[in-house]
Amino acid sequence: MTVFVLVRKESYYDSVLLMRISQTLRALPGAADAVAVMGTPQNRVLLVQQGFGGAALDGAGPNDLVLAVRGAGVTPEEVNAAFEKLLASERSATAVEEARPSSLGAALAAHPDANVVLVSVPGEYAAREARRALRAGRHVMLFSDNVAFEDEVALKREAVGRGLLMMGPDCGTAILNGLPLGFANAVRRGPIGIVGAAGTGIQEVSSLIHRMGGGISQAIGTGGRDLTDEVGGLMMLFGLAALAADPSTRVIAVVSKPPSAPVAKQVMAVLAATPKPCAVHFVSGGSGAAAPPENVVVATSLADLALQSLRLAGAGVDTGSPERSGRARVADLSERLGPGARLCGLFCGGTTGQEALARLSSAGLDVHSNLHKQGPLRVDGRQPVNGHLLLDLGDDEFTRGRPHPMIEPALRNERMQEALSDRQVDLLLFDCVLGYGAHPDPAGVLVGGLAAARAAAPGRALLAIASVTGTADDPQDYRVQVATLTAAGVVVERSNDAASELAASVLLDAAARGQGSA
Amino acid sequence: MNTDRVQALFEDALRVVNVGLPSFAAELRRAGGSVVDVDWRPPAGGEAALLAALDACLGPDGSVRADIAAATRRSVETLLAATPAVVGIGIAGEVIPGMRRDLVLHAGPPVEWARMSGPTRGAVLGGLVYEGLAASPEEAAKLAASGVVTFSPCHHHSTVGPMAGIVTASMPVWIVENTAFGNRAFATLNEGLGKVLRYGAYDSEVIARLRWMEKTLAPLLRAALESHGPLDLRSHIAQALQMGDEVHNRNRAATSLLIRVLAPHLVQIDAPREDIAAVMRFLNGNDHFFLNLSMAASKCALEPAAGQPLSTMVSLMARNGTDFGIQIAAFPGEWFTAPAPMVEGLYLPGFTAADAAPDIGDSVITETAGLGGMAMAAAPAIVQFIGGSPSQALDFTRRMYDITLAEHPVYTIPALAFRGTPSGIDLLRVVESGVVPVVNTGIAHREPGIGMVGAGLVKPPAACFRAALLAFARTLPPGPATG
Repeated sequence: MTVFVLVRKESYYDSVLLMRISQTLRALPGAADAVAVMGTPQNRVLLVQQGFGGAALDGAGPNDLVLAVRGAGVTPEEVNAAFEKLLASERSATAVEEARPSSLGAALAAHPDANVVLVSVPGEYAAREARRALRAGRHVMLFSDNVAFEDEVALKREAVGRGLLMMGPDCGTAILNGLPLGFANAVRRGPIGIVGAAGTGIQEVSSLIHRMGGGISQAIGTGGRDLTDEVGGLMMLFGLAALAADPSTRVIAVVSKPPSAPVAKQVMAVLAATPKPCAVHFVSGGSGAAAPPENVVVATSLADLALQSLRLAGAGVDTGSPERSGRARVADLSERLGPGARLCGLFCGGTTGQEALARLSSAGLDVHSNLHKQGPLRVDGRQPVNGHLLLDLGDDEFTRGRPHPMIEPALRNERMQEALSDRQVDLLLFDCVLGYGAHPDPAGVLVGGLAAARAAAPGRALLAIASVTGTADDPQDYRVQVATLTAAGVVVERSNDAASELAASVLLDAAARGQGSA
Repeated sequence: MNTDRVQALFEDALRVVNVGLPSFAAELRRAGGSVVDVDWRPPAGGEAALLAALDACLGPDGSVRADIAAATRRSVETLLAATPAVVGIGIAGEVIPGMRRDLVLHAGPPVEWARMSGPTRGAVLGGLVYEGLAASPEEAAKLAASGVVTFSPCHHHSTVGPMAGIVTASMPVWIVENTAFGNRAFATLNEGLGKVLRYGAYDSEVIARLRWMEKTLAPLLRAALESHGPLDLRSHIAQALQMGDEVHNRNRAATSLLIRVLAPHLVQIDAPREDIAAVMRFLNGNDHFFLNLSMAASKCALEPAAGQPLSTMVSLMARNGTDFGIQIAAFPGEWFTAPAPMVEGLYLPGFTAADAAPDIGDSVITETAGLGGMAMAAAPAIVQFIGGSPSQALDFTRRMYDITLAEHPVYTIPALAFRGTPSGIDLLRVVESGVVPVVNTGIAHREPGIGMVGAGLVKPPAACFRAALLAFARTLPPGPATG
């Protein structure tokens, strides 16, 4: 046990700092006790009583700092070093962080000019925050889900009554005045206004518009349940009215999964009455109504919605470099596969997954999926499947207690390994969603997963087809992401629809080849 | 459907408030957007009854009901208009309303002898011996338990006491008057640090010092005050805040200013030079001498603000070492209590958290009035008690603006560009945000007779505020008819 006293001459420190020094020294490994005091006569007496002493202590005065330490293996050098370090950290400039307001009310009081409130708190508190914002006269984007239907209806009614946007609940994407809200892409400004009840649907359409040279005025999200019977399209209709009145919007594009019939009818009626040209796409369902009105173009896919919108806007459309002849390309790819080739589609976006499933199904393929609502092909994604499989990895089943795959794409790689290990898979189909809110390098992560998959199944010919939802202006840069995928041997198509169609054609071609004719 | 407001948004710049996942705010900033991120947590801790109580206080536009807001504003304005001044020194039994020889005042909400904390008991013993009601501490203990002597909170008698806060009839007390409203508040003179009555010490040294204060210190200070005239505490405190004090746990500047102001008058008094010198030595040796004055100033500032129906301003906070209690302006005299918390801080050499008494004292009246922890940005050294940095001191004060209703017109903080201190704590904001007032305080040893063992920060129990809100909502009349 060593005992020593260090004296630092002419070093005055106030009582609070002295206590901190004592605390720091006591925390040194091996230190049993440590005291930091000024060398006043009273303190010197106290120290002697505590068993400290020596010439150094005797010579200490009231303006001198006394460090008295008792311990096993603590050295004066360590004590001095710890002391210096503490002082240095005291003096280092610390960035003064602006204190964040502790409630929405406090934020609105401190920032009366705020005009949009983005709410993503747990569902049970979400309606209250949204209501507060609406009553304070601000527009709302409500990302949260697990909000009761009654609350959604009440909020939207109140919002419409006040003339405010109430985007959500369950609204993951919006772009207002060019600013991406939630998960959204950097899209140039232009004359096409979008209203969507499907997040990745808005992302795919807006990104494609940008890549084809066009731009958008606004992209209003309504939340995934807006076009149900319960909600009756409240925000869709309000959003359409807003875009109809907006001088910067010349074309209106609507995207959603199929609405209930009465709601579809109402939406179509409103579109018909809108003086601006409109295009609409209901993912995986028709127009949801009998015959669409004349001024309403019914698009056949998300990509087609983008294309039609651009045509309606009178823009010359840049559809990118021409591809190799369709048939030859399909044959080229299908040659790599056997006749029993099986598909595994792993999707981060719900809408892109739905579109892919619809395209594959309408090509005549039986695809098991957690996106089917019912039927023999409905699976929950946990059991192994004998046949084609397509999973929406953003489904609650997979995201309970884990981040969404758009944020953490490594989850997809896990599923890829699982799929490859427990069944014969030869064709992988992916979406790769970029933009604000998404992972900084989804393609990189995907490529890593593919490499691992290929290494684990060295004999197998794994064909990977993908599309990238995004723009060159996104943080991830569409061009870089495509290059990353292409360099790893992934076949990158120009849209989610094109990728799904290619996958379907390749599978059918491989099956046909196996049935006889060369 | 009227879409004008949407069109107005389309033609304006977006200014977003983010409530929830901080990553959304970060991404918005990255995209070049203007965003304020809320440090959100479930309001009222997510408890349904509290949420309902909060919502009952809201009007149709989602902000606080007009009648509640107006009443609360009146309370705050009353607080801000206070002009406390030291007008004299008197004897407790002669000047404190309701004071009697067999009455012992204590800090905090009501508490009976059986439940009193160690420091409080020790101080009671010392007080009874000093008062001559008992010949020894043992006798005093019997007397205290007997019911012959009664106990009452200082606060029930317009008085405040630091730590144990024991006041007996013979003790000299400051007389502080809120000249704008005419009401008065009282506090004993501060004995100093270490083994003193308010930390529960009761030996002969303590008693002897109390007698010296009664016989020598108080009369000389009274004479000096009479010579000087009333001492403007509003201005005095404002100056101290600009000199690194927050006048709860940091009083060195205020004490120094006091000595400076009184010194010319002290030295003119016709009294033995040694007595005058002893008084000045005493004042010079006690960095917290001014504390009792800042407490009395806060007390008399808050008293006229209480008794305002429908007001949700917190009008009182206090602890007795066993319980922490608050009052709101709408219910004067009604305590909402919870067990006293422990202070989180640093300890003097030789002491640890195991030695600490729970939070104790009326000194939290300073925070209630917009000083102390509310003004921590004026005294950054304080935050070292929890191993923090000076920027955190600024942060503590900034956070308090969220739960208070006004910025003091005169108590301003240089480091915040002379912004007024956060004043007028709002019960509704405290419960909704989950943010409680931040309090700097000393730590007493839990055994009587030992003294101060450390200092740090303490959080008033959320339970007090929640109970007050539930009571407030229960008695709320229906809101005014909406147009």
